[in-house]
Amino acid sequence: MTSSNLTRTGRYPAGSAAFPHRDLIALAGLAPWELLFLLDEAEQWVEHNRAAHKRNDRLAGLTIINAFFENSTRTLLSFEIAGKRLGADVVNMQVAQSSVKKGETLIDTAMTLNAMHADAMVIRHQSSGAVGLIAEKVDCPVLNAGDGQHEHPTQGLLDALTIRHAKGDFSGLKVTICGDILHSRVARSNIHCLTTLGADVRVCAPPALMPAGIEALKVTPFHDFDAALAGADVVMMLRLQQERMSGQFIPSPREYRHLYGLTLERLAKAAPDALVMHPGPMNRGIEIDSNVADLPGRSAITTQVEMGVAIRMACLDVLTRRARGVEGWA
Amino acid sequence: MKALAPLTIVNGRLVLSQGEPVTGAIRCEGDRIVALGADIAPQDGDRVIDAMGKLIAPGLVDLGVFAIDKPACHFGGITRAALMPDQGTVLDKPSAVRFAARSGKPDLWVHPLAAATRDLAGGDIAELALMRDAGARAVATGRRWIADSGTMHRLLSYCAMLGLTVVSHAEDGGLTGPAVATASEMATRLGLPSAPAEAEALAVARDLALAELTGARLHFRQVTTRAALNLVRAAKARGLQVSAGVTPAHFMLSDNAIGDFRTFTRLSPPLRTEADRQAVLEALADGTIEVIGSGHDPRGPEDKRLPFADAEPGMAGAETLLALTLGLVRDGVIDTPRAFALLATNPAALLGVDAGRLEAGLQADIAVIDPAKPWVVDSDKMAATAGNTPFDKQGVEGRVLHLFKGGAPVG
Repeated sequence: MTSSNLTRTGRYPAGSAAFPHRDLIALAGLAPWELLFLLDEAEQWVEHNRAAHKRNDRLAGLTIINAFFENSTRTLLSFEIAGKRLGADVVNMQVAQSSVKKGETLIDTAMTLNAMHADAMVIRHQSSGAVGLIAEKVDCPVLNAGDGQHEHPTQGLLDALTIRHAKGDFSGLKVTICGDILHSRVARSNIHCLTTLGADVRVCAPPALMPAGIEALKVTPFHDFDAALAGADVVMMLRLQQERMSGQFIPSPREYRHLYGLTLERLAKAAPDALVMHPGPMNRGIEIDSNVADLPGRSAITTQVEMGVAIRMACLDVLTRRARGVEGWA
Repeated sequence: MKALAPLTIVNGRLVLSQGEPVTGAIRCEGDRIVALGADIAPQDGDRVIDAMGKLIAPGLVDLGVFAIDKPACHFGGITRAALMPDQGTVLDKPSAVRFAARSGKPDLWVHPLAAATRDLAGGDIAELALMRDAGARAVATGRRWIADSGTMHRLLSYCAMLGLTVVSHAEDGGLTGPAVATASEMATRLGLPSAPAEAEALAVARDLALAELTGARLHFRQVTTRAALNLVRAAKARGLQVSAGVTPAHFMLSDNAIGDFRTFTRLSPPLRTEADRQAVLEALADGTIEVIGSGHDPRGPEDKRLPFADAEPGMAGAETLLALTLGLVRDGVIDTPRAFALLATNPAALLGVDAGRLEAGLQADIAVIDPAKPWVVDSDKMAATAGNTPFDKQGVEGRVLHLFKGGAPVG
């Protein structure tokens, strides 16, 4: 991985003008330099996390609440590690979906958390728009850790960082995203991020899993996976969300694999050095074969996890700068 | 109640069924209009109201509302409202209908719409004849369509016999599923469950075929897409007894308005694309749409301060119905007589009530309206029981100055 020559593109204004937002709810609407700023900020943490001593006290004394209204293992863990590596006091609140009633409870919960004077909140919720709604009601920066089928901005950023480490630049890069685009917030954040940074994004799904009007997001839709793969520099597979399937969207997992599974044979249709990505958790043998997922030098799946911690450290750092009185940000 | 002196409203412009409004006066005795025209003068002892050159129009007949909300109705010039059967106690029994029919009097007459099926579940047909005789003015499928075509067939044939209009909600439930938005670029950006707009045309096509088969009188409370409006237009040309309505939301707003997940724009049917909004305007202009109703459905924070897909659909529409419809007159889409045909005359005729126009012998339901008076819609200051308007902070023109129900001042 060649990170040293990539750090600090410098293509953004100084101080808080580089990221003049209190919250990170969506990547849609962010300027290219705002995205690059966050990627650049993450580079230091990539290096830092690879060292033996991983503790930094930048956020010492701050309280970060991870409020997850939807089950999560890896994203929650990634945010927790990110906060703790920066010295913050991290508190996790996992609310099983069944115990949260609809109605005022969501706002009430937000107000309760707000009253505890957190310095930042990381929120995941199963409804699109819910994290933005909470952000309107609280006084601290809010990071969206996934809201329904809307956005998962830190995933989009960590994927971009992974791609940048492998490919250097986004301009003209052919990225194929294949799978359940309809239900995927990861796909949306990636589409917004990568198209803004100049990549040529293709999305591939059967019609029932392709959202209406996706062309308006400046991507090229495909139903034929082989065609979508032709010459691709990056192949990003999405999880087949079996819990949502129950026969309604595709006839069966094995039929899905027949049409959309990433096999070694199919991967050969992409560019010879095409990068293989997957946000996890994977369904091996369905959307991706094990020998592809584990392909040395080509699979970036574990790198994505690594970049995730760095991106989340950068986001927590940047969003708390105003409260910490960092020069140029206060 | 003490009898009121006769009422004469002078110096106004009378909204008649044809032609531009004519300058004149209207005189009422008891609860009835007795005379109107250019040569009418008040008599000794009359209560005299000076309309100051503004419109003298029939009180609005709103088809339909989900709540009896007098302050909102009176603000909006509504003197009669057809109440949808989707109530806490569903209007599926004669007793519930009888109670609802009395609930607004004397100053707001409520015309209950009987639930087509028990509990509005779409299964067993309710006691429609008993409810008719208890005061129901039409039959409605409520917020949902009836999925079972056999049930709809039996319903329409029965209502044809009873002489009851069926008010249908036109969305194919199988296609819409859990959708809260129209399948479009906007729904895709927001990641909201969405369904193709064709769900409406599918439902309209089936219901039209069954209406033709049975001879039933069918009214689609809201038709919001070009494809469905074309079906209605063609059916009317064939001579079917079919009509279509809409609320101001679907001629004022496209689904661009749901950006930022504003739950006040969560409606049923959902807001459509701009092309469909234009089709609604065309259908208003050419007469395909015959009714504009408020769909008044006041909803508090417990229903609306939620993530978009979790919020209940509906808007508080009674206060803005008149002003937004008068906006169509200003924009040249329709003229003044047609505005009041859409707001009063046609819905009254559909409900079979002798009202909705200015005519000697009818109930004196009269609104004096300044069509040019500007005001700003403010969700925090609504007369309605909740301020869930998608038109918040929007400037509009047209305000009720005086409102009379049966000759008595209200509001």
